[in-house]
Amino acid sequence: MGSRSTARQLVGWAFLVPLVAYLVLCYAYPLVTNVDLSIRDYTVRTFVRGGAPLIGLANYATVFGDPAFRTALLNTFLFTAASLVFQYAIGLATAVFFARRFRLSATLRALFLVPWLLPLIVSASTWAWLLNSESGLVNAVLEGIGVDRVNWLTSPSWSLVSVTAANIWIGIPFNLVVLYSGLRNIPAEVYEASALDGANAWQAFRHITFPLLRPVSAITLLLGLVYTLKVFDIIWIMTKGGPSGSSSTLATWSYELGFGTMVPRFGLSAAVGNVLILLALAAGLVYVRLQRRQDVA
Amino acid sequence: MLPASLARRLPAALTAAGLAVALTACSATPTSSGAPSTLSVWDPYPQFAAGSEWAKTIDRCGTEAGVQIQRQAYDTTDLTTKVLLAAQQHTAPNLLVIDNPVVSTLAEAGVLESNQDVGLDTAQAAPNLVAAGVVGGKTYGVPIGANTLALYYNKAVLTAAGVDPASVKDWASLTAALAKVKGAGKKGITFSAIGTEEGSFQFLPWFWGAGAALTDLASEPATAALAQWKSWLDNGYAPNSVVNNTQTTSWQEFATGEYAFAENGTWQLQNAKKAGFEYGVIAIPGRTGGTAPAPTGGEFVTVPAQDNPDAAKTAARVAGCLTSPDKVLTSDTALTYVSAVPSVQEKQVAAQPELAVWVDAVKNAKGRTGDNLGTRYPRISQPMWGAVQAALTGAKAPEAAMKDAQAAAAAAK
Repeated sequence: MGSRSTARQLVGWAFLVPLVAYLVLCYAYPLVTNVDLSIRDYTVRTFVRGGAPLIGLANYATVFGDPAFRTALLNTFLFTAASLVFQYAIGLATAVFFARRFRLSATLRALFLVPWLLPLIVSASTWAWLLNSESGLVNAVLEGIGVDRVNWLTSPSWSLVSVTAANIWIGIPFNLVVLYSGLRNIPAEVYEASALDGANAWQAFRHITFPLLRPVSAITLLLGLVYTLKVFDIIWIMTKGGPSGSSSTLATWSYELGFGTMVPRFGLSAAVGNVLILLALAAGLVYVRLQRRQDVA
Repeated sequence: MLPASLARRLPAALTAAGLAVALTACSATPTSSGAPSTLSVWDPYPQFAAGSEWAKTIDRCGTEAGVQIQRQAYDTTDLTTKVLLAAQQHTAPNLLVIDNPVVSTLAEAGVLESNQDVGLDTAQAAPNLVAAGVVGGKTYGVPIGANTLALYYNKAVLTAAGVDPASVKDWASLTAALAKVKGAGKKGITFSAIGTEEGSFQFLPWFWGAGAALTDLASEPATAALAQWKSWLDNGYAPNSVVNNTQTTSWQEFATGEYAFAENGTWQLQNAKKAGFEYGVIAIPGRTGGTAPAPTGGEFVTVPAQDNPDAAKTAARVAGCLTSPDKVLTSDTALTYVSAVPSVQEKQVAAQPELAVWVDAVKNAKGRTGDNLGTRYPRISQPMWGAVQAALTGAKAPEAAMKDAQAAAAAAK
């Protein structure tokens, strides 16, 4: 009896070990290293030779005191909020559109996925080319219809708008796919019953589609949030966070500190990265709280 | 269904988000001990494949030193970080070809062996090029060749506008030429003012050409250089896209044939021949005449610190071979660089007379990390490109922008 339960326990552990090893190696170790980087004063020499002195939260103080931090934080907030709102709204609209089956709807839906499938370097470079001040297609069209050209990527007041627009375009397919599958899970009888009761299309959407889609919407928005917070490549390829920081987010600033100059500042870079992780974590906790309240209700 | 499984998936999703932001290390080939049979070489020339002239030159030098070469090419911006991480893990290559302004940083970090310690010699190379590798009285590595900036011009555009390129002697005559070109319905000049090291690299000929020094970004000449760029944008002589231009995208603008001038480097010579129009090259003029000192580009062949002294000695022999006057002509022709060795420069000009402008520009060029700036240079360069961007986009006046940049540079010591 006793030896049998020990054997069972051993088997249990054997099943657990690969997972735990994987978690420790690929999740815990990088996270701990990043925290360690952020509380030490790294110079290039101490990075290579070791022995960087512990300086507590001084890196964080430097980061928070830097005027670039406020810009990056505000930009991160604006970039994320605008991306989520528009991605979700447009994704939902197209999902509802495609839910009514019509000829070629499957083909068209597949075409909508293209932005998702393209490598980011391709889509971001294409956007940068379209929005080029001198030779971009967008400005050529604007000029054609008699509107002044806009310095989409080179004006401090437009650069953030431009990278946000590109990110929205890239994020729509994800929202479309998840929301579309959510729509397919709403039973047709509910719509039939509401039609018998005389509900019009808008009322059906407002009182059936939207409420029944709420759990799916929540997960779409949360995943979108986590994903958008750390968006780096689109911005870096299109504007490098510029001009003079006007489109920098926490993600691009962290990269710029760590890798953007010839003398890397790993400590500060890691500190900004950790702030970003905390933001994503906070958003996750808010979601869990909401979820629990919903389950109780 | 979805929400229930989400609660379980959430921590993993969040950790994944964290992981993506976290820094990760990467491994490379370990060094062996004893007399080496292979030698690892890292260089920033991914454009040269295994069969290229450059790769063959390294192999030949390896054979002479009795080792087999294992070459790995990285993108130049990645190479610094890769080397630092490798040095931390004791997996640095035996031989490293690296961009010249990075040499002082790596030397200060203790990543490189000094020439005195491994028996490398820089006597053949021009002192203004070697300067970038001097830290604390010791020299680290040998320049393999140099490139720098000059002004390309489009002959047809200048002829149509009635401008003689020989009349461009200083900033005033250049600006007058740009005005004529604009009057003739063409575009004036394109350059790169992007918010990276490239932006500083392109701004420096004007900055130094005005007589400014990197130790004082707020000086009158420094501000004048920025005001000059700004006025070209304001008058429509330069496109607004320069703010986001890399040197490659700036070249693409020039290649459209619409522009009279482009500030660009030696490495575009091959592309210039393919551009489909006649071009010429003049040196970048100083504010009141003469040739402005342009920053030197180009790499150093260096020997990273390694546990095995025999490997270091062998690496130094290969480095000496790559940079020796009889071999370096092949290397520099392969890289389209101007040689760092004056006698080889003469051979290059004899073979290709069009290189004379570039050889002159290289003779006048200055290392960015020279003047004993060393590792302070990046801390000066970053606020400087920030100031250039702020002024060109109209966010700040040139004086205010350079004053703020100087304050930031002084604080970052």
